[in-house]
Amino acid sequence: MTATAAPAVLDRDGLNALVAALVAQGRTVVGPTVRDGAIVLAELSSADALPFGWGVELDAGRYRLVRREDGAAFAHSAGPQSWKNFLHPARERLWSADRTPEGDVSFTADEPETPSYAFLGVRPCDLRAIAIQDRVLAGGRYEDTGYGRRRSGAFLIAAECTEPGATCFCVSTGGGPAADPGYDLALTEMDGRFLVRVGSEEGAELLERVPHRPAGPDLEASARSAVDAARDHMGRSLPPVDLRTLMGASLDAERWDDVAARCLTCGNCTMVCPTCFCTTTEEVTDLTGDHTERWQRWDSCFDLDFSYLHGGPVRASARGRYRQWLTHKLSTWHDQFGTSGCVGCGRCVVWCPAGIDITEEVAALDAERTALGTETD
Amino acid sequence: MAPTLAVFKLASCDGCQLTLLDCEDELLALAGEVDITHFLEASSAVAPGPYDLSLVEGSVTTAEDAERIRAIRAASRHLVTIGACATAGGIQALRNFADVDEYRRVVYAHPEYVATLATSTPVSAHVDVDFELRGCPIDRRQLIEVITAFLAGRKPDVPDHSVCFECKRRGTVCVTVAHGTPCLGPVTHAGCGALCPAYHRGCFGCFGPSGSVNLPALIPLLRRDGLDEDAVERFLHTFNAAAFDKIDKE
Repeated sequence: MTATAAPAVLDRDGLNALVAALVAQGRTVVGPTVRDGAIVLAELSSADALPFGWGVELDAGRYRLVRREDGAAFAHSAGPQSWKNFLHPARERLWSADRTPEGDVSFTADEPETPSYAFLGVRPCDLRAIAIQDRVLAGGRYEDTGYGRRRSGAFLIAAECTEPGATCFCVSTGGGPAADPGYDLALTEMDGRFLVRVGSEEGAELLERVPHRPAGPDLEASARSAVDAARDHMGRSLPPVDLRTLMGASLDAERWDDVAARCLTCGNCTMVCPTCFCTTTEEVTDLTGDHTERWQRWDSCFDLDFSYLHGGPVRASARGRYRQWLTHKLSTWHDQFGTSGCVGCGRCVVWCPAGIDITEEVAALDAERTALGTETD
Repeated sequence: MAPTLAVFKLASCDGCQLTLLDCEDELLALAGEVDITHFLEASSAVAPGPYDLSLVEGSVTTAEDAERIRAIRAASRHLVTIGACATAGGIQALRNFADVDEYRRVVYAHPEYVATLATSTPVSAHVDVDFELRGCPIDRRQLIEVITAFLAGRKPDVPDHSVCFECKRRGTVCVTVAHGTPCLGPVTHAGCGALCPAYHRGCFGCFGPSGSVNLPALIPLLRRDGLDEDAVERFLHTFNAAAFDKIDKE
């Protein structure tokens, strides 16, 4: 690694230059920006589009944009989208087939030109979510080739958290506000300046091309302590018990009826979740029947069709569907992929129109279990 | 020989059958695949049945409608209802919750000229229906999908899930969560592509109830977002009033 492996500092002009350099490389730079009363992820033409001076007020089922005096760009928590909207898009064509008048059929795999993404402002929780989707979609025997193409070329710039949101609980999922390895560059925003740590050779090369200064030990230390302090300011937490065991032992819990009474089964939680990956396929024929296409689109375990087998859906009740989602997320995900499926970003809490709070539901399941006298530690 | 296609209407505004004429890019291909033998909005030349595929818009509001739909069914190999009137009774089903004679007296100078039933009912209340396409009006792409699926002999790909799925897929920020706007999206059948929330409006429920509805969970949220009891009732009492009401009573 080059000399820039030591932390550097960028000012606002440096950040502008960083985005400009990525754009000049032909990359599609995606990052947070304000649209429709929220901080969404969208293509950025320059760093000016970042949400400088905007923060968010979060609660279960509630999201409000608020002005910030300090002009910070990354002082907001996870918004309505995650990076999966780009890496694992809502709808994607897989292949098409054509039939000639003679009856010959030819198939064409869809390999569109893949954008070379640069993601700016990836939260540590979302970095972990990307690592989880890497395992799910590209780590097994059957790789999602579209995901693999988009992911392998993606350049990740993390933004560490110094101000967790009211619905954040990454610490209790085993994460934290500091970026784990996996990024190309990691930023820590400190009063209008950005401490930069290098995580890859490519990150080092990019940093070389933009004006920066070495970060003094003071800035580095204060950035570390700000990120460390954030660990203690999580708005929420999951109960400190073995969740795999708890979920496995809670299949018959009464709490599922309670949450099912509030659950709209609308599917929002799964679609905002940065790790939920389920898809279905749709076959599209044209009117002539000589051209057909297979599309992959997001699906959700809250959709009745999701568990439709011969004769009807296996999980017809809201209780069954909510239980499936939570049990998979926190328990059987371990069996399948070796980790939990939850990174504690809080999106499912915020973007549930009914304000169902995963941390509250797990706590209630734990309390019910404890009341039965069979503690799950 | 190409399969024959017929379009019929009962009590309705014609908007759904006009959706077929709005399929401008697909009309030539469609005309190449089916023989349109009865479609009064397009041509006064009509041929007698039987018809391979009949599209029916409108609800049953008169005794004549009830007879006609039986005749249409008898002349149709496949019968698909199109739109909220034909699948749920439409806006005119508001009479189901009131005294139709009173309505008649208030609206018409000579109520004695108006012969009408006390209720507006969907086609499925009278005859067997092969497929019900939702919407007020229906979605053009879904209509083409239904016809294409019929031609291919397969089930149409018309998901039963909520409008929320479509909002999230198109990247629309949730109007309820971010703005406190009352929205029927969580209980409404997808199909429109989540049109209204994309323009910062709550969903009006034009496509009727989705396949999985929890109204008792939604109503407190509508109240939270500023609708009083009457406003909640009005919100649910539009194009699919009878369908939402039926679910509310279940």
